[in-house]
Amino acid sequence: MSSVNASRRLPVFICIIMALMLAIVPMPDWASPYRPDWVVLTLIYWSMSMPRTYSVGTAWITGIVLDVAHGTLLGQHALALAFVTYLTAKFHLQLRVFPMSQMTATVLALLAIYQFILFWINGVAGTYADAVAYWGPLVSGTLLWPIVAHFYSGIRYRATRSS
Amino acid sequence: MVANTADREHRSTKTPALGLRLLLLAALSVILLVVDHRQHHLDAVRKAIGATVYPLRVVVDAPVSTWRWLRENTTSRNELLLEMSRLNAERLLTHARLQRFTALESENARLRAMLDATSKVRDQVQVAEIMSVSANPFRHILVVNKGSRDGVFNGQAMIDADGVVGQVIEAGLLSSNGVLISDPDHALPVEVNRNGLRTIAVGTGDFDRLELPFLPNNADIERGDLLVTSGLGGAFPPGYPVAIVESVARIPQGPFAEVTARPAARLNQVREIMLIWSADNDPDPTEVDGAVPANGGETAVPESEPGPRR
Repeated sequence: MSSVNASRRLPVFICIIMALMLAIVPMPDWASPYRPDWVVLTLIYWSMSMPRTYSVGTAWITGIVLDVAHGTLLGQHALALAFVTYLTAKFHLQLRVFPMSQMTATVLALLAIYQFILFWINGVAGTYADAVAYWGPLVSGTLLWPIVAHFYSGIRYRATRSS
Repeated sequence: MVANTADREHRSTKTPALGLRLLLLAALSVILLVVDHRQHHLDAVRKAIGATVYPLRVVVDAPVSTWRWLRENTTSRNELLLEMSRLNAERLLTHARLQRFTALESENARLRAMLDATSKVRDQVQVAEIMSVSANPFRHILVVNKGSRDGVFNGQAMIDADGVVGQVIEAGLLSSNGVLISDPDHALPVEVNRNGLRTIAVGTGDFDRLELPFLPNNADIERGDLLVTSGLGGAFPPGYPVAIVESVARIPQGPFAEVTARPAARLNQVREIMLIWSADNDPDPTEVDGAVPANGGETAVPESEPGPRR
């Protein structure tokens, strides 16, 4: 049982690490407002497909690391990520049977909730933020979702087959 | 597979419900947020987690540094010769200027001594390399590869060859986070070099623009004026160039003029910055003086010995 768990956990762990790296990789000035929220996309996928193993706890810890990496208030990304994965895990049965178009629309809504929580905390903390720049990651993240989901389902298929 | 899923479904009844876990974590987040926002007790936590993020940053930075290394190693001989002759010419020019500067400096010291003012000891600097810039569009943060191990402290000023870049906000063990002067939350006390007019330069979130929002309409400021640090806030040593005034719009019906300036430092192009240990807020000058960084390349430059007081 534990070996099954280990062989399952490792790919997901690597996926999260990769997402964190993509979140801090330097990008050219014109592109950085459109940096997709890789970490959210990753956690949405895994909490949808394995909600018992990866849900709010994993998301919260990842969020804390993201907070430190981005230099934002501790707990900001953690709260937003935990809430989004909660919604995903709660409705994972519905989400799984959605066709891709409908699922992408749901992901757009989830990303919007995520950005809204960040925006809200920034507002309460008095951090200046240009509201328009919140839309960039939303658009790029939604457009990338089908690719990300396809990529991860390949990983999941291989991980479950090898176990 | 099926048995496995069933097993996990069964097991999940023992772990607390999803909603409860979310509530607990949300409460924890809010506590963290409040504590982090109000006080700075969490610096140690940040440092610890920051140390775990450091390898990620190194990996992320690896392609860029490899590319630079490759480019440096494959430049043609011709290019190198050209570069060398250019640098030689530049060195001659700088030397010539420096001669005059040394003379001026000693003259200045003499005059100051005559005025019984404290003679200014020149600042010490150390070169640090930038690992990443502005991961978040609303905060202009850069990460440099020097940390508290190298004597970096919170609030330390960062400059490049042309002017002030920003200041350190979080000195980690191996790397530090700095905020750029263009960060929307950053304000910097400056003075106009021409006439000593003091004001505040505020970041706008745009790398190429600072604002000077607190100047009255009748302030004596013009396009092209050089703004230098005034040293009043205590964080920045005085006299470093900050920005050049780009536009002055006097608004007759408003209380303040709209003045914007372009930062002297090339904020979005720098790869190396210099950290300043100024004579006043230096916690441990000896640490910088003889320090040779382990990774080579950069050298600790004690820019000059404190001149003899006359």
